[in-house]
Amino acid sequence: MIALTDVSRTYPGGVAALASVSLRIEHGELVAIVGPSGSGKSTMLNVVGTLDRPTSGTIHIDGYDVSKLSDNRLSALRATTIGFVFQSFHLAPKVPALDNVADGLIYTGLGRAERRRRAAGALERVGLGHRMDHEPHELSGGERQRVAIARAVAGDPRLLLADEPTGALDSVSGAGVMELLRELNASGTTIVIITHDREIAAGLPRQVRMRDGTIISDTTAVAPEPSWPAETGVPG
Amino acid sequence: MSLVEVARPKLSPARMRPRDVMRVGAVGLRTRPLRAFLSALGIAIGIAAMVGVVGLSSSSGAELDRTLSALGTNLLTVSSGTTLMGEAAQMPKDAEAMIERIGPVEAVSSIGRMGDVKVYRSEQIPEAQTGGIATYAARLDLPATVGATLRDGTWLNAATERYPAAVLGSSAAQRLGVGAVSPDTQVVVGGMRFTVVGVLNPVALATDLDAGVLVGWPVAESRLGFDGHPTTLYTRSDEARLESVRQVLAATANPEAPNEVDVSRPSDALAAKQATSQAFANLLLGVGAVALLVGGVGVANTMVISVLERRAEIGLRRSLGATRGQIRTQFLAESLLLSALGGGGGILLGTGVTMGYALYSGWPSVVPAWATVGGLVATLVIGAAAGLYPAIRASRLSPTEALSAP
Repeated sequence: MIALTDVSRTYPGGVAALASVSLRIEHGELVAIVGPSGSGKSTMLNVVGTLDRPTSGTIHIDGYDVSKLSDNRLSALRATTIGFVFQSFHLAPKVPALDNVADGLIYTGLGRAERRRRAAGALERVGLGHRMDHEPHELSGGERQRVAIARAVAGDPRLLLADEPTGALDSVSGAGVMELLRELNASGTTIVIITHDREIAAGLPRQVRMRDGTIISDTTAVAPEPSWPAETGVPG
Repeated sequence: MSLVEVARPKLSPARMRPRDVMRVGAVGLRTRPLRAFLSALGIAIGIAAMVGVVGLSSSSGAELDRTLSALGTNLLTVSSGTTLMGEAAQMPKDAEAMIERIGPVEAVSSIGRMGDVKVYRSEQIPEAQTGGIATYAARLDLPATVGATLRDGTWLNAATERYPAAVLGSSAAQRLGVGAVSPDTQVVVGGMRFTVVGVLNPVALATDLDAGVLVGWPVAESRLGFDGHPTTLYTRSDEARLESVRQVLAATANPEAPNEVDVSRPSDALAAKQATSQAFANLLLGVGAVALLVGGVGVANTMVISVLERRAEIGLRRSLGATRGQIRTQFLAESLLLSALGGGGGILLGTGVTMGYALYSGWPSVVPAWATVGGLVATLVIGAAAGLYPAIRASRLSPTEALSAP
């Protein structure tokens, strides 16, 4: 699903947020990327989510070589394949939950009725079937994050990237959100969660620890069968 | 490590439907309605000013056309001018009869001004207070020829023209304090009491009559010492041959001294007045254009602020799969919507002002279609110009930078 090969991202001024990182994440995995702030985990999420391009190295997402895609094609890749969940939810104020989710599908080219139908389904999936007409200010923090997750999964993306999804929540709501993400993973979505919370990371099958732009450890509980592009060689 | 490229379907961003473009463009307007209203108001004022100016000048033009077609433009006036020595010239007594013999002339009438006959409300009024009222001897067919109508009473007839009876011009009546005509309304003309039999409405093509008191030709000659020479002749001619009539009119009226006669066409003066106010309207149109431009700057300002404030939203939309072009389209659509709302409101406002004023003035209300269409086009051009730069800026924001905005 995700293959990073020698990926570096250097910001102007010489700060290396990622230094020659290689990582493979297979279909159906649930991975935590853990590290203190400044360890490069957010940059990792941005390059994996194709929001940012690496300075060097190659990235394959769902079989596409990201460096060979134009900005427009990357946008299409995000619209169809990648869902994002942010720490601060990014919900539109004064817009009912159903429309917040439905408007997230606007760039997929679906008609409005279909978008609303899928949005309703996604809200049911995250357990907010009874809150569809509520505006964000009428929802609790945990419910808002569920709406944001519903928006991210409404288009059935193969990959879900979550940036500190529980960072703005109390521990009970946070646990609920993590439970929901686990359920989504169980139904087949590859999920990468970025967090600085070791406790949350410890509850996930695979943890990638980062520091100073490099991976310092990678615990893989189970090594799934590589279902997609097999390696054909080693670096020469 | 290198990977085998697996054939994957070609990615291409979905096109947004026009309805979705409108929905997305209206987001900013919905979330900040007061700001949208105020910046649309700037455009509305500019457009309303321009539509109003064009509407009012078209309406007054339509009113003039209506007046002229009611009055006719075939009236020519012949008046006695001055001699070469600068003295007041006289037209011969039979000038009227001579003009009547010109083929295309359909009607002739005349008045004779009596400069030394003054008019007073009563004998008690001091002699110096003449009120600037002139006294004229008038032919019976005068109202029909110049298009004068009576506000009250009757015009002179074959009987009353021989006796001390007078018809007052509209402003003369006002100055003398004569409202309604009754059998005992009298004024003093040349030291003699005349009964007022009628009051005229303002005469558009012969404004001299408004400040005049008109008496019959015979009574003027017998009682007021009138010499019988006409001072102004009014002629109606075949419209198509008006110019040829005009050329011979002076020589016909006064064959001995055609240079002592002035010929004029009163409807030309009205049209000239209209042209003057048209020039003024053009100036106002320019002022309206400046207001519109200022409104456009207001919209541009709103859009720049909107883009700055909504960076997080832009980042989110990019993460949801919006292309740069789609972000650009969104903000351009917002700017166009904003100014189209303003333009639509302005056209309604300008049309409303025009209709109200025209109704108040008794004019036909006319707002030319070109003004409405032109106003809308100007609005859209301004909206596009105002939104272009902010939209491009929004589309160039890097998604990660936009998302990290508070």
